[in-house]
Amino acid sequence: MILYVIAVGLSVTMGLMGFINLAHGVFAMAGGFILSYGMQRFGIPFPLGLILAFVLVALASIVLERLLYSRLYAAGELAQVLFTIGLIFASIAIARLVYGTGTAPVFLPDYLTGQVHILGRDFPAYRVFLILFSSILIVSLWLGVERTRWGAMVRAAVDHRAMAQSVGINTKLLFLLTFALGSGLAGLGGALGADILPVHWGYPLEHLVYFLIVVSIGGLGSLRGPFIAALLIGIADTACKYWIPELGAFLVYAATIGILLWRPQGLFGIRV
Amino acid sequence: MSGYTVDPRIRWTEYLPWLIALAGFFLLPEYLALGARILIFILFALSLDLILGYGGIITLGHSAFFGLGAYTAGILSAKLGVTDNFVQMAAAAAAAALLGALTGAVILRTKALTLLMLTLAITAILLEVANKMSSLTGGADGLSGVVVDPILGLFRFDIFGKTAFLYCLVVLFLSWFVVRRIIYSPYGAMLTGIRENTARMHAIGAPVYWRLLVIYTISAMLAGIAGALLTQVNQFVGLNVLGFEVSGELLVMLILGGVGRLYGAFVGPAVYLVAQDYLAKQFPEYWYFGIGALLIVVVLFAPGGILGLMDKWLRPFKQKRSAKASAR
Amino acid sequence: MAAALQTETLCKSFGALTVAQNIDFRLEAGDRHALIGPNGAGKTTFVNMLTGVVRPSSGRILLGGEDVTHVKQEARVKRGLGRTFQITSLFRSLPVLDNVALAVAERRGTAHRVWKPASSHAEVRDESMELLATLGLPDDGLTRVADLPYGKQRLVEIAIALGLRPKVLLLDEPAAGVPSEESHRILGTLEKLPADIAILIIEHDMDLVFRFARRITVLVQGEVLVEGAPDEIAKDRRVHQVYLGEQQHG
Repeated sequence: MILYVIAVGLSVTMGLMGFINLAHGVFAMAGGFILSYGMQRFGIPFPLGLILAFVLVALASIVLERLLYSRLYAAGELAQVLFTIGLIFASIAIARLVYGTGTAPVFLPDYLTGQVHILGRDFPAYRVFLILFSSILIVSLWLGVERTRWGAMVRAAVDHRAMAQSVGINTKLLFLLTFALGSGLAGLGGALGADILPVHWGYPLEHLVYFLIVVSIGGLGSLRGPFIAALLIGIADTACKYWIPELGAFLVYAATIGILLWRPQGLFGIRV
Repeated sequence: MSGYTVDPRIRWTEYLPWLIALAGFFLLPEYLALGARILIFILFALSLDLILGYGGIITLGHSAFFGLGAYTAGILSAKLGVTDNFVQMAAAAAAAALLGALTGAVILRTKALTLLMLTLAITAILLEVANKMSSLTGGADGLSGVVVDPILGLFRFDIFGKTAFLYCLVVLFLSWFVVRRIIYSPYGAMLTGIRENTARMHAIGAPVYWRLLVIYTISAMLAGIAGALLTQVNQFVGLNVLGFEVSGELLVMLILGGVGRLYGAFVGPAVYLVAQDYLAKQFPEYWYFGIGALLIVVVLFAPGGILGLMDKWLRPFKQKRSAKASAR
Repeated sequence: MAAALQTETLCKSFGALTVAQNIDFRLEAGDRHALIGPNGAGKTTFVNMLTGVVRPSSGRILLGGEDVTHVKQEARVKRGLGRTFQITSLFRSLPVLDNVALAVAERRGTAHRVWKPASSHAEVRDESMELLATLGLPDDGLTRVADLPYGKQRLVEIAIALGLRPKVLLLDEPAAGVPSEESHRILGTLEKLPADIAILIIEHDMDLVFRFARRITVLVQGEVLVEGAPDEIAKDRRVHQVYLGEQQHG
């Protein structure tokens, strides 16, 4: 589910702006670091830390977008891939310099640890919390996109950017805000998931494949897609590790290849 | 550089790389190990340029073929006792080509992001396999005990690295020759067409998928050969040959030199590895940052790489020369 | 005798939007046929279906009497179907000669050769140069397409299609975007096309249409409104209404 929170921003960014942002994991990592640092150094409570993670990362992404990303919108895929890889390299170097090689510890508040008793079985409270949170997130995102004006503009711009511009939609601002939202969500996801996906300097690279898998399978530009995809991956991964530990992550990769062969645009993507 | 209007004869500037290499051999004997490494990565970069610079396929998974070639050679030697260098190399080439054909068949049906992601996934799978099958691959410790017979029964791998260097040079030369022929041939022109405007290529009846598959396989094979060279020269192979860092660094090297122009693959790795040898030792923590920043700068301001910049600086001179010629 | 190109009750819908309805169309060898209609009538979609870029929802397409409805684009090209694009789709950073040579090489079956240099394939080069000459571009072989004026780029579009020696040629607005002083060159080129090719041209430039076409089909909202000789069409009231009606709205 963490994958979802992080990846949905990527799906929208890529679907909307057509920009291949491999450095998305960097935003997630930043969020995780912010939470950890905030709680450790300043003793701020968990919820505030989450909010900070979202806001600070979103702000940072705005700066990056204005300075760097926006120059490359028309530059073609290779340039975007290279640029974001460069961003990854630079970021992980900075992370290692600033934070060292350890992971950023995140101590969950007491009310989220322990077990929760549901339907006769015990579930880790935090995981339940995550699932609830992600579900609320997807519902609010869906509402936001389907019901609000902002959402309508986003959808219009995804479908046909030039058309949207000529109708008077300020696509630059729209992109900026959506990018900020997507990146902020990544930061939030990184912070939320810090307990499960430890945050350390190699984070953006380590999980890059998974983010991309979720987005590819889910389909670019869709909101439901990554949700289903993340769900499937999470289940498959856990099931695989439980039953056939030697195979490790194979099932996920194999399933990815299989699904993409069958539906190259992803489960919910727009058929080009 | 490809196409029906270019002169395929070898220009005098094309002799330079080889002259420089030979000069290095005689004048800088302490650096032969680095030199061999540069040659290997030039070959690796050439293989990537074929598919990326000419075919227009963006891949981050080329290290899969490199690593497979490296491990094939290593396993053949350390585990199966096959020590003839030609056999090791041929096996590596075959294995990499096979993987290239199989994976290419799958991923070339997809585009852009999906393709990119699949290339990453494939490399990740191979890394997992190499890690898990540690009895065969040595796992995280790597595979040592790689033995290579004297080449042609005559040239032993000496501790000064002389044999290694010349061996790599010869392999590179032969590969370069093949790649150059492909680029200047109608096939190369057609690849450029695919890169420029794939839809148009479909519309003129070109079986794009199959043509790309062929070049992808060739590219994979060359990468595998480069990997085998690395193992043979170092007599060791570790998991790092399969990592994302290798693919990423290769991409940096190629961009640095200039994509889609044969000699970018020569300039890039040379500059990168020399810089790495010097700078990474001095300031290891800042190296990755430097690479990242360099990549960003290059993409934003010099997308043609070093050779692209040279083109720009030399253009006024070229124009003057042709202006003079036409004025006569 | 089988028609050069024929469709039977061709239909296409994108979801709830129907862009083609029961189109019956017939093109004989040597025909000079024009397809006209207001914007959004579905003309380009029709061409895309003919060439195989878009799959029809129902109906059949026959090329030279053979059912090609499910045949891929590349295969249809090999069977003699060529097209040009409404928005120039060329190899912009390549020289003009290469643009045409790529098509010629495909047709000749030499495009996959890897050993001899491309520039030594004299037959391909010569044929490409000839083609350029017949289109009035004899000196532009070495110029990059991106450096050519737009009117000449449209001619290169046609040259590429001709390099394939098609039996049926679909021209999607060959004069689109070309300034009116230059469009006579396009017309001149079209008039000199080999007489045995069947040509279907989509155009908005009525001057060109009425001077070039021997038969005209009018497509409105995905359906064939009327088909006939130019003078019949010019007098047809419904056609006037469609175009005048459009002017009133727009």
